[in-house]
Amino acid sequence: METRNLTCISCPMGCQITVEMDGSEVVRVSGNTCKRGEIYARKEVTDPTRIITTTVRVSGGKADMVSVKTRSDIPKGKISDCVRALKGVAVEAPVHIGDVILPDVAGTGVDIVATKNVERK
Amino acid sequence: MYDVIIIGAGVCGAAVARELSRYRVNACVLEKEEDVCCGTSKANSGIVHAGYDAEPGTLKARLNVRGNKLMERLSEELDFPFKRTGSLVICRDEEGMPALRRLYDKGIENGVPDLKILGGEEVLEMEPNAAENVYAALYAPTAGIVCPFSLNIALAENAYMNGIDFKFDTEVQEIVKIENGYEIRTGNGTFQTGYVVNAAGVYADKFHNMVSGKKIHITPRRGDYCLLDKNAGSHVGRTIFTLPTKYGKGVLVTPTVHGNLLVGPTAIDVEDKEGTNTTAAGLDEVISKAGQSVRDLPMRQVITSFAGLRAHEDGDEFIIGEPEDAQGFIDCAGIESPGLTSAPAIGKMAAGILREKLHLEEKDDFIAERKGILDPDTLTKEERAELIRREPAYGNIICRCEMVTEGEIIDAIRRPLGAKSLDGVKRRTRAGMGRCQSGFCSPRTMEILARELGISMADITKSGGASKLVVGINKDTL
Amino acid sequence: MESYDIVIIGGGPAGLAAAVSAKRGGISSILILERDRELGGILNQCIHNGFGLHTFKEELTGPEYAQRFIDQVEELGIGYRLNTMVMEISREKVITAVNREEGLFEIRAKAVILAMGCRERSRGALNIPGYRPAGIYSAGTAQRLVNMEGLMPGREVVILGSGDIGLIMARRMTLEGAKVKVVAELMPYSGGLKRNIVQCLDDYGIPLKLSHTVVDIKGKERVEGVTLAEVDQSGKPIPGTEEEYPCDTLLLSVGLIPENELSNGMGVEMNSATSGPVVNESLETNIEGVFACGNVLHVHDLVDFVSEEAAAAGKNAASYVKGELRAESARTIRLVPAEGVRYTVPSMIDPDRMDETLTVRFRVSAVHKNCFVSAYMDDERVVRRKRQIVAPGEMEEIRLTKEQLLKHSGLKAITVKIEGV
Repeated sequence: METRNLTCISCPMGCQITVEMDGSEVVRVSGNTCKRGEIYARKEVTDPTRIITTTVRVSGGKADMVSVKTRSDIPKGKISDCVRALKGVAVEAPVHIGDVILPDVAGTGVDIVATKNVERK
Repeated sequence: MYDVIIIGAGVCGAAVARELSRYRVNACVLEKEEDVCCGTSKANSGIVHAGYDAEPGTLKARLNVRGNKLMERLSEELDFPFKRTGSLVICRDEEGMPALRRLYDKGIENGVPDLKILGGEEVLEMEPNAAENVYAALYAPTAGIVCPFSLNIALAENAYMNGIDFKFDTEVQEIVKIENGYEIRTGNGTFQTGYVVNAAGVYADKFHNMVSGKKIHITPRRGDYCLLDKNAGSHVGRTIFTLPTKYGKGVLVTPTVHGNLLVGPTAIDVEDKEGTNTTAAGLDEVISKAGQSVRDLPMRQVITSFAGLRAHEDGDEFIIGEPEDAQGFIDCAGIESPGLTSAPAIGKMAAGILREKLHLEEKDDFIAERKGILDPDTLTKEERAELIRREPAYGNIICRCEMVTEGEIIDAIRRPLGAKSLDGVKRRTRAGMGRCQSGFCSPRTMEILARELGISMADITKSGGASKLVVGINKDTL
Repeated sequence: MESYDIVIIGGGPAGLAAAVSAKRGGISSILILERDRELGGILNQCIHNGFGLHTFKEELTGPEYAQRFIDQVEELGIGYRLNTMVMEISREKVITAVNREEGLFEIRAKAVILAMGCRERSRGALNIPGYRPAGIYSAGTAQRLVNMEGLMPGREVVILGSGDIGLIMARRMTLEGAKVKVVAELMPYSGGLKRNIVQCLDDYGIPLKLSHTVVDIKGKERVEGVTLAEVDQSGKPIPGTEEEYPCDTLLLSVGLIPENELSNGMGVEMNSATSGPVVNESLETNIEGVFACGNVLHVHDLVDFVSEEAAAAGKNAASYVKGELRAESARTIRLVPAEGVRYTVPSMIDPDRMDETLTVRFRVSAVHKNCFVSAYMDDERVVRRKRQIVAPGEMEEIRLTKEQLLKHSGLKAITVKIEGV
């Protein structure tokens, strides 16, 4: 039996939640004060995911950088692969919100998309 | 081979250079930093003292009073901000009166004009925020305030315009006597010169002692200051000193020429000649003493604190002139307060010595005037509109706290001995000197510096040397 | 002289939402003056996500959130000028501004909406001792360098202040290849969202040291290290607790200050608790026809609330221009922040001018668990809302109805407080 300690992010309470696990099975969640805490904890211990935001370079645009994100959340363990895959990536202006900058980043099946419009200079 | 090499581009070195530039002479200023005004000259009270403080008969007394007199004309010639605002030395009880009178007497003997001892009520009428218990004060209407950066920069620019050479990032390592002069070895080449002017601030003892057996010793005496927002700038209208008591010396409270309020300094002897770090104890002392002579000081309005080092020589006197055993080596050493005030007079004195020794002849093409960086705030609306039509950069505000335009920053970079760093721009234009302390404008000033100097953003420094502002580009180490 | 019905000072989230709302309120003569080179304000550099859950029911990044409003401004044909700095506003609502193209120019406005935002507190305001080398940045300045210029301000970073900007920058610097060694927080609690503590610090193993501050900065040219020390309950460093952290960068995220130099210049009355203008239920200052919203009024925690507040200011300004905003009656009711409440916005309510409901925003002065947010009209409690937790870092709100106010004839004051602690 393994226990994991988490801080709930669902509200400012920040409940310290303890999750008891048997392998990948959640056996017991405690320390939460509401249902949202349990939902958060179960997801966080079995399938933690994050949306990653960063920037890539733009050439010929009104700005030097364009902000980007993963279109949806990716596994937490893939974060560093994801940003490393973006090293050296550059796009040409114009770029618009939603444009795919890098498809299927780091084998996650998730695209990197622009979150800002950068028009041509 | 130079006729004269001046070590140090602080206010003294620059003042000597400017006075020397009146003559036909081949001279150069060596400065270890990347810019003028990087040592003691950049971190002090900015006070033009009246001259009652120093003992009668001393160089400090004589040069202070003379420097004070010269300042007004100089500020017109060289276009730097100077205001004759006056000063008050506040005495808080009857016990202090003998000491206050002694100051008055010294002032009279030193030739300070228009000194007056005022009663407590008169003081409060003049300065409603003076301490309630003020008993009397010594009023010196000839005291004033000056922008120390502008004074130093103006002197240097004018000297340069009149043919004096400046070498920056050139730290003097060794001075060796040679026939007919000295050889100066630096990190940036070796130079030979007939004469040396030692205006090296806290390092002046080091260079003096390289050539003279009559050793001198300078202690860096640190002064911590707090600078307050312009909202607090009119809290007092004059420089307010506290009469020293048996419990020690107080701190001064003064408006600055740009409308801030300055409180300080402490006086802490340190070992490190580069020890310009403030300390918690020092800043606490400033804050606790600030209220001695001025009440209700809004210390919550502090926008920055800093420390400067005074070059205190053991003999407690300016050392100006040639040591007996080192011909051709002219000291300007031990220049602590009232050094800034005295600088114009020190310049004349040192240049006078050189003129005699070198039999220098005056140039007929000496240009005494220098224009400072145009501040659009000083223009009428019509003039300003016209300026922006001609130079649109003057319509682009970069530093929003101090309302500094791109035009001013470009001028600061392009002019002779122009700014090469963020601090260089700041000292010349005040961009970054306001209440947000460069939070908003530093990236934009860096862009302008990069563009004007033709270098990359990664090579922009705060103040030369290793003070790089950025260390690379995103993800470069991933 | 050019003239507009409404001139909005600032094209960030507050200015944009105010403009859209004023336009929808029936005013077509609107001008936004923006000092930066694009609309959107600080959102342009806030590239992280988490914006817009209240407004758009989805999580957007800062630039995406801004673009939603910029699109509306464009669609509605609202005018704006970029790279334009407002120098001065007179009490008569004549605005003096400057830019490269037009030089120095004046604009007359019937109504002015102040939406200038805020700035970061600097090192100087904290009086942190030490040297003044390169490598000390406010978190927002670093954010601009990294996110908009692609430049790294440092490799080894210590952050002072655990407000959301500090936390967000800890993650940003890490993702771009820097090593964030520690985040120090003077207070015994973080002012940032729990989510940011977990996802910006815990995810990357960055320690958070509560009740700690920077007591020394080393390095003459570039930062070489900082010294942290634990602080006692009054915030004073405890001798003997000093710890050295070698680093090349110190980021400061130590508070935001509304930028009210223009407001002060025109004689707007200020609230010392918010450092923003004193406003009434219409978000109108003491100068008739001058409204304020967003971070210039009081520092917000979420941009969604800025947009909401700014929309109210825009709507009220439109009513004012149309002559529909009644003159203030003598029946002004004061809002009084009491136990545990630092301030309220607005500061007073004229029941004759208010809408059917009014949102009162406020901040608490300390963390309290299992407490009640209460409002009293004279002695009668009209609001009592259970809160599991309140914290200074989070803006709180209560809603008052016109009906409640009208029921209490002769009401002079409404008191807002935290109870049951």
